[in-house]
Amino acid sequence: MKIELQGRARLVGDNINADYIITSSRKRESIDAAVLKQYLLEVVDPAFAASVREGDLLVAGRNFGCGSAMEVAATVILAAGIRAVLAQSFSRPFYRNAINNGLLPIECDTSRIQEGDAIAARLVGDRVEVRSLTRGDTVFGTALPPIGLAILECGGLVEAVRRFGSIRRLDAASHGA
Amino acid sequence: MSGKTISEKILSAKSRRDARAGDIVVCDVDLVLGTDASSPMAIDYFDRMAGTALFNAARVLFAMDHYAPPATPAVAAFHDRIRGFARAHGAEVREVGDGISFQLAAELGRAVPGSLVIGADSHTVTLGALGLFATGVGSSDLAAAMITGQVWLRVPETIHVRLDGERPSSVAAKDVALELVRIIGPEGANYQTLELDGSAMSSFSLEDRLVISNLGVEMGAKAAIFGVDAATEGYLSGRLAPSDHARNVVVASDGDARYARELVVDVSAISPRISLPHSPDNVVSIEEAVGTPVQMVFIGTCTGGRTSDFHDVLDVLERSGGRIATGVQLVLTPASREVERRLLDDGTLDALAAMGGIVTTPGCGACCGTSGVIPGDGMNVISTANRNFKARMGNATASIYLASPTACAAAAVTGRITDPRTLPGTVT
Repeated sequence: MKIELQGRARLVGDNINADYIITSSRKRESIDAAVLKQYLLEVVDPAFAASVREGDLLVAGRNFGCGSAMEVAATVILAAGIRAVLAQSFSRPFYRNAINNGLLPIECDTSRIQEGDAIAARLVGDRVEVRSLTRGDTVFGTALPPIGLAILECGGLVEAVRRFGSIRRLDAASHGA
Repeated sequence: MSGKTISEKILSAKSRRDARAGDIVVCDVDLVLGTDASSPMAIDYFDRMAGTALFNAARVLFAMDHYAPPATPAVAAFHDRIRGFARAHGAEVREVGDGISFQLAAELGRAVPGSLVIGADSHTVTLGALGLFATGVGSSDLAAAMITGQVWLRVPETIHVRLDGERPSSVAAKDVALELVRIIGPEGANYQTLELDGSAMSSFSLEDRLVISNLGVEMGAKAAIFGVDAATEGYLSGRLAPSDHARNVVVASDGDARYARELVVDVSAISPRISLPHSPDNVVSIEEAVGTPVQMVFIGTCTGGRTSDFHDVLDVLERSGGRIATGVQLVLTPASREVERRLLDDGTLDALAAMGGIVTTPGCGACCGTSGVIPGDGMNVISTANRNFKARMGNATASIYLASPTACAAAAVTGRITDPRTLPGTVT
């Protein structure tokens, strides 16, 4: 599978919970990510959503996506034009939701990345290589599980279920069986 | 090979292989829970996955809990979409006012010890109190499970939490849960299970255990499981179907199970706790917050909306003269219709309403700003809930404090955050 992304780093902090990514109360009007994207991270920074450019990369600290398991937290990031989130660690439901929608979660050392840095990410085997074009250094993400890679290869869980019909067959295929 | 943790045992049984921490396994799911917040999206995924039928309609349950009652036409339309989908596929829908999804699963005897439950609500972990593996997922995993009956899981490592010591009567389950959040931190149990036992376990009722398991997710835990004992059996008696009793397995870890961490918590040393704004792990002793004025007191949610919680609240108010402080809204939201029914039958809600309490529709209520009373600008709220993130209750300028029902009731009496041990007639 080939994944190559390049974009501008957009920094957020530690423990960015799902409610900060998109507030639950916004879901009283719509769950359409194309509508909700105007409220992306509004609690953290009301000006953030308007400043996002297609291809930006979200760069976080620890425990990104904690709290609620609501899936709009992943789809609203994608709808804003962001294809990958880099974080020191992810909450488990967010990590799954990201993969299931084709949003690449990269668990890596983000401590040296600064706001606006040009970042290139590319999948090498089961790990993502993250290069800072601005600073010239490279880090590697932790390995993605085989089944996670298989889902990403399908572009998300929708296509994976359509193609394999069961999670067991998807898992077997991810091990090359 | 070493023995197994409860998670390894349940996930071995559900994947039909020798599942060990770190393995990725595909499991058969016993129960799939959808809420009105997550199911509309799950139905979209179901359609896009070309789903035509539920793997087993009897193992899928929908609950209208987050938008109870619906406050906008858009939300009312979500409800209709769920009703239509459930009708077409033969699944059960619990209606507006019936209660919170996993609370209903417990009450209806659908949460069986030793089973695997997934719910598109992060607080599904609550059901671990009944000796089962229950975890929260998003809408896409829910849809895939609705179609295939399967979910993939990484078998989690386990943190063994031993609750030891004599439990003082002034220590609420919420205080113990908040103390665990303080010790373990907001991601200290990420990708892991909490397995709870110890000599003090028998002093925690099933309702108490639901509170502790519930807060597991605020530590990042994938599941928070108690073993099965007499309290579990007592709760399930009359609820589980006879065939489910037959499925009822012994839920306990092996003596030589391998744990990632051992944590001994002396409950005799715990005192009332409170989470300060704006993070559940921002836990201090309540003395450090005493005197802070509050304008809203919220009793409810999947953490603090059960029968004993309301009994605790009424007890405090009655001992203190039965008056709510001027300028304080006391909002009361039972977690389910069964809880509401019992509180109506025993006069608790009547008494609280007579004091000026605002009783609202059972469900998630004001917890996440999706329905119920929204705090005004700059308000301080003290709540029995589990999350106090900024804007959580629908107003980014409000500040939310999390504490036990007793401490919340004490604040309702005085209009300020108050150590409940200082109220008249308190036995500590």
